[in-house]
Amino acid sequence: MGKTLFQKIWDKHLVKTIPDGPDVLYIDKHFIHEVTSPQAFSGIEKRGQPLFRPEKTIATADHNVPTINQHLPIREELSRIQVQRLVENCKRHHVELYGLGHPFQGIVHIIGPELGITQPGMTIVCGDSHTSTHGAFGSIAFGIGTSEVEMVFATQCILQNRPKVMRINIDGQLNKGVVSKDIILYIISKISASGATGYFVEYAGSTIRALSMEARMTICNMSIEMGARGGMIAPDEITYEYMKNRLFAPKGIEWEDKLKEWKKLPSDEDAVFDKELSFNAEDIEPMITYGTNPGLGITINSHVPTLESIADEGERNNMAKALKYMGLQPGQALKGMPVQNVFIGSCTNSRIEDLRLIASIIKGKKKNENVKVMVVPGSHQVREQIIAEGLDVIFNEAGFEIRQAGCSACLGMNEDKIPAGEYCISTSNRNFEGRQGPGARTLLASPLTAAAAAITGVVTDIRELLN
Amino acid sequence: MKPLKHIQSSFVPLPVENIDTDQIIPARFLKSTSREGFGKNLFRDWRYFNNDEAQPKTDFVLNKPEYKGSILVAGKNFGSGSSREHAAWAILDYGFYAVVSSFFADIFKNNALNNGVVPVQVSEDFLDKIFNLENGSTLSIDIENQSITIDATGESEKFDINNYKKTCLMNGYDDIDYLLNIKEDIINFEKAIEGLK
Repeated sequence: MGKTLFQKIWDKHLVKTIPDGPDVLYIDKHFIHEVTSPQAFSGIEKRGQPLFRPEKTIATADHNVPTINQHLPIREELSRIQVQRLVENCKRHHVELYGLGHPFQGIVHIIGPELGITQPGMTIVCGDSHTSTHGAFGSIAFGIGTSEVEMVFATQCILQNRPKVMRINIDGQLNKGVVSKDIILYIISKISASGATGYFVEYAGSTIRALSMEARMTICNMSIEMGARGGMIAPDEITYEYMKNRLFAPKGIEWEDKLKEWKKLPSDEDAVFDKELSFNAEDIEPMITYGTNPGLGITINSHVPTLESIADEGERNNMAKALKYMGLQPGQALKGMPVQNVFIGSCTNSRIEDLRLIASIIKGKKKNENVKVMVVPGSHQVREQIIAEGLDVIFNEAGFEIRQAGCSACLGMNEDKIPAGEYCISTSNRNFEGRQGPGARTLLASPLTAAAAAITGVVTDIRELLN
Repeated sequence: MKPLKHIQSSFVPLPVENIDTDQIIPARFLKSTSREGFGKNLFRDWRYFNNDEAQPKTDFVLNKPEYKGSILVAGKNFGSGSSREHAAWAILDYGFYAVVSSFFADIFKNNALNNGVVPVQVSEDFLDKIFNLENGSTLSIDIENQSITIDATGESEKFDINNYKKTCLMNGYDDIDYLLNIKEDIINFEKAIEGLK
């Protein structure tokens, strides 16, 4: 019997299996950031252990950094201490740090791929659930807790139960105005925020094959929002084309050798998956969420569900709670509803392609006067690129505020927050209560739908602007 | 990690589904560089109005003094979202040693076990039975036998935990101890991989 992409990589990294216990998995690349690493550094120090393979760990500061005036000391004391601690820890333990002020600084899941660090066939972990992003290259990439960060520091391995593997096939041509963010919001709305718990997901099918690497990253990024440990896509010519000549990608003979290995990775034709789902691209329309988990999404022109339509009592109570928090009425339409904020950023949608797409829609237009629009590039390099391409002029003329790289208002941790009670159309990944700040109301959508709302000031069907 | 073999306690019911780790501990409280002190911010925005300890939301269960115990019982899909281990630290620091639910998110489950908090996954029916118990009723969780019992009625259910993790919990061992002990194997593995190139 053939093997899946997942099995091939997992088996190659299996150090040993503990009987009636987890597997010991070897980790090729470990990304760290300021929030989930300090306790792991103290942990190994307390045990008197060195960092076992420091050259396999890469650090950046992203979650807890301001996105303006990054050259100045961080104003908030606890944030400043946390970022400073990362600098000290990396220095002491010989870890490469792309911290504030470094030309490679940025959101951890943006910089790995952009620098060519993320490669097919690797095992990649990070103390952040959106590590699944890196799976777009055909790697096993997943988020871990701080104790597991400490395990990787101490031994370059973690203990992990082998997950089941699900394949999600999407075939067909995407409709106008529909992008990869809509695909993943659509899938999550169909299978729920816990529909893939216990699984690793491989995305396949003609729709996925036709997507760019950046679009694929958006899909893999949100795998965790349906409970999956990670998402992955088999590498192909699009992958290699994206990677070639990136700073840390293999070069010359090494590239050729690696390429031969990578081409053996895709799932064998007779490989068996624990579960398989299929969707048609033609059925997908621009999506938006209305609730407080990413599974509560609808197509842009449909209505919020009525409570009577939900049979299960627990789910009905949950829905009532979510709608109350969101300030929405059961059965209401979202289209035409005023929004006060548009957030363009996060590890889901802050790559150059996202920003080019938005610029192409808003060129020559101005934002609605009642909306505050933030554009937070995923990395310093993305920011430099938008300036090099002149996109900054388009954003500035439209009244969009361009910030510096970081996680920003995706998670309500740093200075960037959405005010309580206000609505925000966000290109990020989570609409949990308080996620973008206490009381903030998040509507997740694609960069296109976010750009449309920025211009009109209300929830808008992007297809009406494209006509 | 402290050894954990048996818990008998009253419980705190939180019959809400899909409790994500941003609710358990909001991101703005993740700025500490130590593992301690997160309990005071457990469910912070469900506990207080305007983030103000002087303005408790009196209908929230953690603010009702009559509900206490070292077991938290919550609706299905507990711990979804962010990988922040701070969620497990906050639960432990508050004084819970077990979380009972009908479904757990994967990363939370690992994080809980790595901190000596036992995630007890029960059936929907059993969870409903617990939620319907009178306040003050006690539950017994027996790690060795992998069972949870409603003391008043004797009704019991088995829960899943692999033998390795069970041994760790009962003896207070952690995964890092285990991995450090097999470092030789890891070095040999690296050599073998190098040799393949």
